[in-house]
Amino acid sequence: MALIGYLIRRILTGIVVVWLVATGTFFLFFARPPITVARQLAGRAATPQVINEVITNLGLNQPIMTQYWHFIKGLLHGNLGYSYFYQESVNTMLKQDLPPTLSLVVGGVVIWLVVGLSAGILSATRPRSLFDRVSNVAVLIGLSLPVFVIGEFLILVVFVPLNQRGITWIQTGYAGITQGFGTWAGHMILPWITLAATEAAIYTRLMRGQLLDTLGEDYIRTARAKGLSERRVVFRHGVRAALTPVVSQLGVDVGALLGGVVVVEVVFGLGGLGQVAIEAVSKGDLPVILGFVILAAIFVVVANIIVDLLYAVLDPRVRIT
Amino acid sequence: MSVTEVEFEARGAEEAQAAGGAIEGRSQWSLTWRRLRGDRVAMASLIVIVIMIALAIAAPLFVKITGHPPNTAYPDTGQDLSGNPVGPGVNGFWLGTDGVGRDLFIRILYGARISLFVGLFTTAIATVAGVSVGLLAGYFGGFVDTVLARFTDAVLAFPYVVLAIALAALFGPSLTIILAMITFFSWAGIARIVRGQTLSIKEKEYVEAARSLGAGPFRIMFLDILPNLLAPVLVVATLYIPQAVIFEATLSFLALGIQPPTASWGNILAEATNFYQTSWWYVVFPALALLITTLAFNLLGDGIRDAMDPRTERLLAASRNKRGRKKRRKAAAAGQAGALPDPVPQPPAALS
Repeated sequence: MALIGYLIRRILTGIVVVWLVATGTFFLFFARPPITVARQLAGRAATPQVINEVITNLGLNQPIMTQYWHFIKGLLHGNLGYSYFYQESVNTMLKQDLPPTLSLVVGGVVIWLVVGLSAGILSATRPRSLFDRVSNVAVLIGLSLPVFVIGEFLILVVFVPLNQRGITWIQTGYAGITQGFGTWAGHMILPWITLAATEAAIYTRLMRGQLLDTLGEDYIRTARAKGLSERRVVFRHGVRAALTPVVSQLGVDVGALLGGVVVVEVVFGLGGLGQVAIEAVSKGDLPVILGFVILAAIFVVVANIIVDLLYAVLDPRVRIT
Repeated sequence: MSVTEVEFEARGAEEAQAAGGAIEGRSQWSLTWRRLRGDRVAMASLIVIVIMIALAIAAPLFVKITGHPPNTAYPDTGQDLSGNPVGPGVNGFWLGTDGVGRDLFIRILYGARISLFVGLFTTAIATVAGVSVGLLAGYFGGFVDTVLARFTDAVLAFPYVVLAIALAALFGPSLTIILAMITFFSWAGIARIVRGQTLSIKEKEYVEAARSLGAGPFRIMFLDILPNLLAPVLVVATLYIPQAVIFEATLSFLALGIQPPTASWGNILAEATNFYQTSWWYVVFPALALLITTLAFNLLGDGIRDAMDPRTERLLAASRNKRGRKKRRKAAAAGQAGALPDPVPQPPAALS
């Protein structure tokens, strides 16, 4: 029961957050004189008539509150408005570009968590071993390289040589999962690794530190003294306790993940939401950017609710209230 | 490694020092510097950083030497017959040329100016802001703390690229926007750490003593509490510099940051994407400059942290003696066999 009440409260707060973000962005974008927006759209050499026409067409001559009311009413109906440049609704555009982004996020997060956590656990249980040293160096390099450099590097040393030798499984660009799982994975494998690399480095380091601390605790010694197998001690007693701070870090990293998604999409030309947003910036296509920002806010809110629930599941001391 | 073991080693090292020379009082900072100087990796990183800064400052000098200004293209000497960049060492271009025939080495140097300036400047401002917010939130507590802490959390969880996209769409990309954005997203982490430290320090007796002597809240905050939390702040700040450098490069790569023809490592790498097949140097050298810089700052930050906190491992690895190594190996072997680590600190080696 407490859970349902908690969920309802979190969702309501989430809606308020999304509304605040949407309103803030809207006024940031549209409280400017309409002529600025129109000029961006019509090009620098446009005549006053053309500009006036654009203003009327887009409804920019209406009072700002009327425009805002339209925007909010549309938002409540799930309608994000129309692109300035393509004769298409923002909904359609975003829907079309969702599959590459979704594929990227799902695969990337799986690789990131699996690699990050297992490398951290292996390092912590074998401190100072060869594996630990190698993984420490890898972590440092991962932390020191921007996502786009890792991506470019993978293209340079994996994609280009393989394709020159006629091995064409690994590709850039995006292919839908409808074209077969193998093709899809071939297109996604480098983006996944790129997205996962930096974050995996952070989590390896975090997990290693937490687990090393935990394994030094008295109750671990007690568990060993009881004669439990080493694996049981490490996983049931150690990892479970060490995992809680890692999970709480997840909530913070959701935002960083979105940034990574945008960069990876641009590097590999996946054509997802992030790449569309970047293109919209260079054109000044405000409705598309607005739609992207709102979608990003929804994503962050939902991800944080999930992370908090996970937190409560992992650590019985955390009460959902 | 258990804490007792570490304490024991640290004590042993101190006593060995005391036995060697006259005993002198050392401040926390001089102790830290001494430890840092013994850390070869950290010192090498420091030297690399100094060289990088020197190269960035001396960029105009290199323009004079090579005769290649950063934004001048040399279509005749800087490009081969098919219009591709020429390689390192060809026609007096030390690291080759870029896509339109400009000197890559000079452009990397000018990129270093931007990167280092952004890294150092934003971290400095963010540190001041973060320390102030953290001190206020931690010291006053209550309502002030609730508001500031919530705000800090919100900033920490905010997707920065999304805001960068919105701001770039609104104002057009520029150096000012970059500086403001990176600063805005950097202070929160520092504020969080400072707040936590302040919470514990403000309960100490000497703070109470200062208060009973009639010191006002700001005097206590900045003269009594602040000096005692500078150490963790310094560590975090050093580790934020590479983050800021990466941040700037990423924004410039996405064309949301420094705009061409002004050189930045990010936009050089973005331009290089079209030349993967033909010109490896175009990608490799700017990426290497970026990696070396961020790696050096990261390693230096780790080194400072280890030097400030004697419990960490690297320091021990640096100052360990033969006896310690043998003992540790034995302990490790025993630990693997499943035996309990000895919880009782053994007498220091000097006494036995």
